[in-house]
Amino acid sequence: MTSSRRETEKGGAVSPELTASLSVRGVAVTYPNGTVALTDASFELGGGTICGLVGVNGSGKSTLFKAIMGFVAPAAGEIEIAGLSPRAAQKRNLVAYVPQAEDVDWSFPVLVEDVVMMGRYGRMGFMRRPSPNDRRMVDEALDRVGMAAYRTRQIGELSGGQRKRVFLARALAQDGLIILLDEPFTGVDVQTESAIIDLLRELKAQGHLMLVSTHNLGSVPDFCDQVVLVMRTVLAAGPTATTFTQANLEQAFGGVLRHFRLDGHALHQDDDRRSVTVLTDDERPVVFYGSVAERDEPLKRKGEEGS
Amino acid sequence: MMELLSPFTYDYMLKAMWVSALVGGTCAFLSAFLMLKGWSLMGDALAHCVVPGVAGAYLLGFPFAAGAFIAGLLAALGMAFVRSQTRLREDTVIGLVFTSFFAAGLLIASLNPVSVNIQSIVLGNILAISDEDAIQVVIISVVTLGILLVKWKDLMLVFFDETHARSIGLNVNGLKVLFFTLLSAAVVAALQTVGACLVIAMVVTPGATAYLLTDRFPRLLAIAVAIGAGTSFIGAYLSYFLDGATGGVLVTLQTLIFLATFFFAPRYGVLATRRKAAAAVVATPVADRLS
Ligand SMILES: Nc1ncnc2c1ncn2[C@@H]1O[C@H](COP(=O)(O)OP(=O)(O)OP(=O)(O)O)[C@@H](O)[C@H]1O
Ligand SMILES: [Mg+2]
Repeated sequence: MTSSRRETEKGGAVSPELTASLSVRGVAVTYPNGTVALTDASFELGGGTICGLVGVNGSGKSTLFKAIMGFVAPAAGEIEIAGLSPRAAQKRNLVAYVPQAEDVDWSFPVLVEDVVMMGRYGRMGFMRRPSPNDRRMVDEALDRVGMAAYRTRQIGELSGGQRKRVFLARALAQDGLIILLDEPFTGVDVQTESAIIDLLRELKAQGHLMLVSTHNLGSVPDFCDQVVLVMRTVLAAGPTATTFTQANLEQAFGGVLRHFRLDGHALHQDDDRRSVTVLTDDERPVVFYGSVAERDEPLKRKGEEGS
Repeated sequence: MMELLSPFTYDYMLKAMWVSALVGGTCAFLSAFLMLKGWSLMGDALAHCVVPGVAGAYLLGFPFAAGAFIAGLLAALGMAFVRSQTRLREDTVIGLVFTSFFAAGLLIASLNPVSVNIQSIVLGNILAISDEDAIQVVIISVVTLGILLVKWKDLMLVFFDETHARSIGLNVNGLKVLFFTLLSAAVVAALQTVGACLVIAMVVTPGATAYLLTDRFPRLLAIAVAIGAGTSFIGAYLSYFLDGATGGVLVTLQTLIFLATFFFAPRYGVLATRRKAAAAVVATPVADRLS
């Protein structure tokens, strides 16, 4: 998105060799009402990467985000962002976070562009006066999510998907080394979704680390190079090719996924022994091609092997 | 003509007008924040919550303003704390804390009757404010305004989106405590000018009026402060002629401005909204309206 990330870092407090990393070790979270949302969750991410976070409703994805941000205190375990505590990383403006649902006052007298500018506050000086660079970042971010035409709308005068895009733009403008997106694609149209995915890929190339929760299982192999599967703990974490397998998904989703398996004459007239398995939790389905024996095999990218 | 300028020839009138304007501007600045968070009634509540502080201060021989400030601050922080720890809504929390403080004040006052001049607390008396009090009020207002001018953007962020404020490294709790400290100080200052009954108007009406006039927070602040300071100045001026309580005149002015805005505001006024709705109906072809 920009090559000026390093130079805009506040007060030069960040050493240039700082690279993106996220480590979650043995984290447990229990809510005040006694709900045990996570136990012994661990995974490590490093460098420019897009990591998908998948699991059923209530599996603890949002809780994991909140724990990483320090908004819920873990009962056990530790979290490090770029080698720092979450609070220290936030103070250095290393983390951008877009929650699943924004808890803001939609009638607040701020315009779309004002909201996106808030992403830059952490980098501004004492009086929080925007520099030309800050303005440029805001323009760029608005362009990227296709909301430039709405920049002078009051924030409440937008549709649900448009609101999501504005808050995504704010995270982009913030230009954090680590970007946490809790279900950015929910309620967003297909066109916007693929635009956002393109954007994430560019950020990855620039060395940003992204953790993105989603229910669109079908697009996970498309844009995530790593996945973390959660079910009250981290069931599996690692490269998509070896982690996003049918067996792991079945474990993570239990009976929740709808499972279609087509083979033999239901699928083809000839003697082809291959089969198709479709797993869906009602968003985009994920499709596995192969025989039963290959259940643990690495997932082939959609399209790599014709049907 | 000379008649109209005569308030400007008296030192006490000049003092009253400038001090009022300063307090009015400060309260208006705070009103913009309070209104947005559903805390509007907090100003009113604080004005009553200072009673135990005042009574306690008389008892212990403290300065009146110090006692009032401490009680107000405790009440404001108490409200913010109860709100953050429970699911109770703002109005309920204000009611709870406010009554307990007021009761404590009455209790202290009844156990140790003191000669607090109730009239001056309830109505304020800016025209007769002593030099000493005036200096105190001016210092409080100037310091409060100064801090607000530096920190208003951070406060806006905390009020609009606490999660984001935290995630960019702001000290959210520190900023909240700062805000409520400034609010308590401003309420104590306003108490001496307009009196407890009318503090509420000072910390609600200017913000509410400005809200109908703009969608941008910086402009909202500017409009609110202009209304707060302007009406306070003119209110004090007019009370010279009307021989009425400054507070009453001042708040009447604010209400008139609010009403005018309510009807005639270019975008959110009642008339503008009606006109736009009517224009939309005319502009839409009949076929569209039927489908
Ligand atoms: N504030 C809270 N207080 C108590 N329990 C909570 C709270 N928030 C979430 N939970 C519980 O913690 C568990 C994990 O919730 P979480 O929001 O992390 O799920 P999720 O994986 O994000 O689900 P979804 O896909 O629906 O967004 C759930 O069982 C939920 O009921
Ligand atoms: Mg969630």
